[in-house]
Amino acid sequence: MSTTLIRGGRIVDPSQNIDRVGNLFLRNDRIEGIDTGATVADHVIDAAGMIVCPGLIDLHVSLREPGDEKDETIESGTAAALAGGMTSVACMPDTSPVVDNRAAAEFVQLQCARAGYCNVFPLGAVTKNHDGQELAEIGQLVEGGAVGFTDAKSPVANAEIMRRALEYTRMFGRPIFNHPQVPELTAKGIMHEGYYSMLLGLRGIPAGAEVIMVARDIALAEMTGGHIHLMTLSTAGAVDQIRRAKAKGLRVTSEVTPHHLALTDAALQNYETNFKVDPPLRTKEHIDALIEGLRDGTIDVISSDHQPFAEEKKQNELDSAPAGVVGLETLLPICIKTLIETGHLTWSKLIAKLTINPATILGIQKGTLKSGHDADITIIDPVTSWRIDPSKFKSKGRNTPFAGWEVKGRAHTVIVAGRVRHHA
Amino acid sequence: MTTATVSVSGVRWTKKHLLGLEELSADEISLILDQAAEFKRLAAVGETKLAALKGTVVANLFFEPSTRTRTSFSLAAKRLSADTVDFTASSSSLSKGETFYDTAQNIEAMGVDQVVVRHSTSGAPHLLSKLLKASVLNAGDGTHEHPTQGLLDIFTIREHRQKLAGLTVALVGDILHSRVARSNIWGLKKLGARVIVCGPSTLIPAHVERLGVEVSNNLDEILGECDCINLLRIQFERQRSAFFPSIREYAHFFGMNGERIRRAKSDVLILAPGPINRGVEITPEVADGPHSVILDQVTNGLVIRMACLYLLHNRRQEESP
Repeated sequence: MSTTLIRGGRIVDPSQNIDRVGNLFLRNDRIEGIDTGATVADHVIDAAGMIVCPGLIDLHVSLREPGDEKDETIESGTAAALAGGMTSVACMPDTSPVVDNRAAAEFVQLQCARAGYCNVFPLGAVTKNHDGQELAEIGQLVEGGAVGFTDAKSPVANAEIMRRALEYTRMFGRPIFNHPQVPELTAKGIMHEGYYSMLLGLRGIPAGAEVIMVARDIALAEMTGGHIHLMTLSTAGAVDQIRRAKAKGLRVTSEVTPHHLALTDAALQNYETNFKVDPPLRTKEHIDALIEGLRDGTIDVISSDHQPFAEEKKQNELDSAPAGVVGLETLLPICIKTLIETGHLTWSKLIAKLTINPATILGIQKGTLKSGHDADITIIDPVTSWRIDPSKFKSKGRNTPFAGWEVKGRAHTVIVAGRVRHHA
Repeated sequence: MTTATVSVSGVRWTKKHLLGLEELSADEISLILDQAAEFKRLAAVGETKLAALKGTVVANLFFEPSTRTRTSFSLAAKRLSADTVDFTASSSSLSKGETFYDTAQNIEAMGVDQVVVRHSTSGAPHLLSKLLKASVLNAGDGTHEHPTQGLLDIFTIREHRQKLAGLTVALVGDILHSRVARSNIWGLKKLGARVIVCGPSTLIPAHVERLGVEVSNNLDEILGECDCINLLRIQFERQRSAFFPSIREYAHFFGMNGERIRRAKSDVLILAPGPINRGVEITPEVADGPHSVILDQVTNGLVIRMACLYLLHNRRQEESP
């Protein structure tokens, strides 16, 4: 028996509409309750001035293991997640080999248990080897622990395959995550197609590539009744489409990353590969629409789209360097900078997009401080300033576009299943 | 051997690298052109071998196939008495998996003063310039800039017309994939020329008018206004997909042929950065005809590259105690 009292923090739990100063009491690996009257415990954490919320959940993370352990391992990636305030992550199946079978999904969980940091929920492949041709063994993957299905950065291009995938996953109550980009329009693209791509002579990726795929996926969700989750939105057109789909009551959810909110395509002017991401950084107009989508609930989740790459892969010319940036350890401060400090979101709305909303999409019993739930807690220090220094990352990937940024706020204490696993 | 020096009143060359014409001022461009003119004058009086870069090393780092530009830079360096080393993608260890950065750093470790770089990725010379102590000369990066080509095109026009201000110059063809187009636009606009970009709507990038150029999809409509027409090569190798239905159709609307020449200004100058696709952008009749200055461009390329190497070298001399 072990008890923990988190005393005097601002408790923010959007799943119960709670935002007030109080005491949170944990017993063993469970939440006992808020303001239970208990004043003594085995461990007491003073959270005055801090925000106490459900453990953050990042539903879009690439951990690279098995296959690309030079970029990241499940151990280093989950350590980075903890340092960033996440108690649970959902990991992409685009490893090598691909998580397109039950054994692979079980391997991911085994490695996660060995590492012993945060919870990992594997996502399984929609199609075998992400080839877009044949459905993976989705039912077997569910039995092996997969909570959703995606071909990661490979869009499911064939509408017939996507239709069947949405129909088939419906019987397991699991979502399909799609990377909504029309591959023919994005092939070999480096950056947003617009003024800067013209100026810099870099091959463009038009916003329309995303809008078209989002519209197709919404139509398929309507046709099948399946749950489509649209990953890493970057365009105003996509936000519009999803807003209308939600108004119709379709099972459509979506996410955005901090870097798509904080940076524009103008950043590519220095030709640095840490600004090459997929989808690409867009313009101020698109960012404004994404923020409006967050405000009105069109966009449910903020994810890191953590894409670690070994230095030698990213330290290359733009055409050869892979797209993607690390994000686990910078998600929280960049969200604070772009959404809280600007007044676009309240803490409660921000935390909903990092806790109960991703938990609901993944269908996991997390993201809440309700009594009896897992004692996964993140205590956020919202005010302390610090400078982002990639050399201090727990992640093996140092490919951040935010190196040197002065930011505010970080995960102060992170508790997984009742045990303190990270302390800043 | 003679060391040539030229100074345009009030202007000194201060840049360490030559990455593009976007970042040069009109005075800096004129300085390069004047220096090139001086080298051309010296060559005409037999002063073809100059001592200016003696004891320095110029590396030609060509990650993309090129014959003309590489040869031109190599000869320019030799004319200035520099030692030259040539690296091409196929001969270097790039094919053995070495990164672009490693290759460049290895070359620098050999004591290279100036690196001439050609790369299929836009921005590659910019990355190198941040990494190396050597001066970096962009010999063409992806679809971004090809500053020495822009300079030699402008130099050739200036030779024939004395000044750029007031001239109307059309860039015809594949603007989207053309680094030559971007360098020409920057240079020509800075020197006061009016620039029209003309080509099929699929090969003219959106927003290009924000660079201060006019856009046309109809060569015949603008033909009579042009003092100079620069026929850009159709870059079949860079195209993601079909940008026009057929070569025949392209030539029909945008090819420069004898019939179009007769409708153009009587003193129109025809330029082509080459290598040209004969019968596509330009018919042999025009390429080899009296309006063509295509071979002047090649000759001028040499003195332009000498001028660039020379100015960057002088700046290095001033920098080191």
